[in-house]
Amino acid sequence: MRLSAEGVELRYDRKVVARNLSLEIPDNQVSVLIGPNGSGKSTALKSLARLLRPAGGRVLLDGASIQSLPTKEIARRLAILPQVLTTPEAITVEDLVWFGRHPHRRTVGAPSPQDREMVEWALRSTDTAALRDQYVDQLSGGQRQRVWIAVCLAQQTGLLLLDEPTTFLDVTYQLELLDLLARLNGEEGKTIAMVLHDFNMAAEYADHIFVLAAGELVCQGTPREVLTKETMRTVFSLDVEIGVNPRSGRPLVIPLRRRPVSLPA
Amino acid sequence: MTAIAPSPSPASTAASHRTARGRWYLAAAGLAVVVTAYSLTVASVPLPFGDVVDALTGRADDALSRLIWDYQIPRIILCWAVGAGLGASGAVLQSVIRNPLASPDVLGVTRGAGVTALFVVLILPATPLSLLPVAALAGGVTVTVVVYTLAYRGGTTPIRLALVGVAASACCEAVIRFLLMRYPQNVNGSLIWLAGSFFGRTWQTVAITVPWVVVCLPVVVFLGRRLDVMGLGDPMAVGLGERAEGTRRLAIAVAVVLASGAVAAAGTLSFVSLIAPHIARRLIGGRMAALTPMAAAVGVLLTLGADTLGRGISPPLEIPAGLITAVIGAPYFLYLLMRTGR
Ligand SMILES: Nc1ncnc2c1ncn2[C@@H]1O[C@H](COP(=O)(O)OP(=O)(O)OP(=O)(O)O)[C@@H](O)[C@H]1O
Ligand SMILES: [Mg+2]
Repeated sequence: MRLSAEGVELRYDRKVVARNLSLEIPDNQVSVLIGPNGSGKSTALKSLARLLRPAGGRVLLDGASIQSLPTKEIARRLAILPQVLTTPEAITVEDLVWFGRHPHRRTVGAPSPQDREMVEWALRSTDTAALRDQYVDQLSGGQRQRVWIAVCLAQQTGLLLLDEPTTFLDVTYQLELLDLLARLNGEEGKTIAMVLHDFNMAAEYADHIFVLAAGELVCQGTPREVLTKETMRTVFSLDVEIGVNPRSGRPLVIPLRRRPVSLPA
Repeated sequence: MTAIAPSPSPASTAASHRTARGRWYLAAAGLAVVVTAYSLTVASVPLPFGDVVDALTGRADDALSRLIWDYQIPRIILCWAVGAGLGASGAVLQSVIRNPLASPDVLGVTRGAGVTALFVVLILPATPLSLLPVAALAGGVTVTVVVYTLAYRGGTTPIRLALVGVAASACCEAVIRFLLMRYPQNVNGSLIWLAGSFFGRTWQTVAITVPWVVVCLPVVVFLGRRLDVMGLGDPMAVGLGERAEGTRRLAIAVAVVLASGAVAAAGTLSFVSLIAPHIARRLIGGRMAALTPMAAAVGVLLTLGADTLGRGISPPLEIPAGLITAVIGAPYFLYLLMRTGR
């Protein structure tokens, strides 16, 4: 296990998000965190990526406590796409993607051929090469999201943590992104852990699903084990039918509309 | 996701940016040489350029040599050091505080330096003048440390730094006013210092100031890419391998030392550290590795230009350089405010 959280307590100042959370990110697999808004998914991901120091317990990366490793060293092994991002002004797509090479470069000196290669690859993979000379703050939400993903890819890490990478993307690009991640996983053995809200995308692409509710790991397992009527009702207060995707054989979650509420007169 | 549309070759666009930048650097350097040469000829009596060349090559009489070597040259060197320090420091602070209207004033550096310098001048008039810069430096650094500490809650945010800095500046300003009213005997000299002036600066001030700049300037230039990464916000910056708070602290520290050193040497030259980065950004864009040196160059031009103008307008009377930068800077600042305020 390259990355895991062992009994971490996660808090912001006084607000406690999780008391005793343990997560083991399976190597060379695609895992997905699901859970209601505010359940602590982003917080958990942040602690796995050393963006948030646990108040108790520890996060281990390759056997060492992540807080004890030099942050630049971590950045060569693990890339994180945070949920909330600041878009810098007046910077072109290509220049932004170059920042992905930052952890691999010295303070001064020209970039290496490998730096160039990775940047080009990241631009191509996210279909942002044609946007390279445009300013990032003038792109659409979805285009911008793809550029941020390109930054993470250019980092060339074995571990990729992504917090809701599909937000802002139209369905086509959602699928293309998830296909790309699946390919990176399949062909290069990259370990991917991401937060998704769409059950069916999770079912289709995840090898392993973690379900979080109120800062606790409620259950985990394969999509078939986890995406059940029971989970949906207790964790998400949803009535669902579970079907089967005719192509992949994976579960298909069909939310049912609730009984009509009477509107105030 | 595979690329479909053909795109311009990356090398060509990056290269064209680089040549454009190169041209601006050359232009700035050329201009600096011209202004420096001209500045050498501006004294209480105008000096013909030929005489200046004679003095520089050791073929002039004693009085002229003394004038050039003991007054003109140290003064110009000081303008260079102070201008470069202020310009670079402003660029770094604007980047770290993520506010284009930030400057060493926002962190309290200028006013803090002013307080301790005035304190020395007014209350301890027996202190040798050479200690004035040291006092100012101590004041600038102290106020910044206080500001940083007050803004620190397990980390700082740009907005908290700016707010605490503005409050601290206001407090220091109050102390300055109080000192001026309470000790009116020495006020004249203090006012000139507060206005920012290179009057009567000698090699001694040069010797105290230049090392600061020579050491700190390369540091902030080399911080360039790291500061650009910091501009992506703390989470992303940490993700890309920056210790966000550590980098911020380092950048602020070096910028403050630069600015305090400048203020110590020449008093408050208003607006230079605010405006130089803006002009530089207009010329070559916002990437810090390229911007910081350019902001330093523009700072030199502004400072040297203001001092030369101040000496040349109505000799033998001197107008403090800080007054001139204020006259030029205030409208520019208002213009900036209106543009960013929209
Ligand atoms: N910076 C912060 N300061 C204080 N509390 C926070 C902060 N960020 C999140 N929280 C709180 O922590 C809890 C968990 O938040 P988190 O962002 O981890 O949820 P999430 O599962 O990612 O939700 P979402 O699906 O909406 O992204 C929430 O109750 C939230 O209010
Ligand atoms: Mg979240």
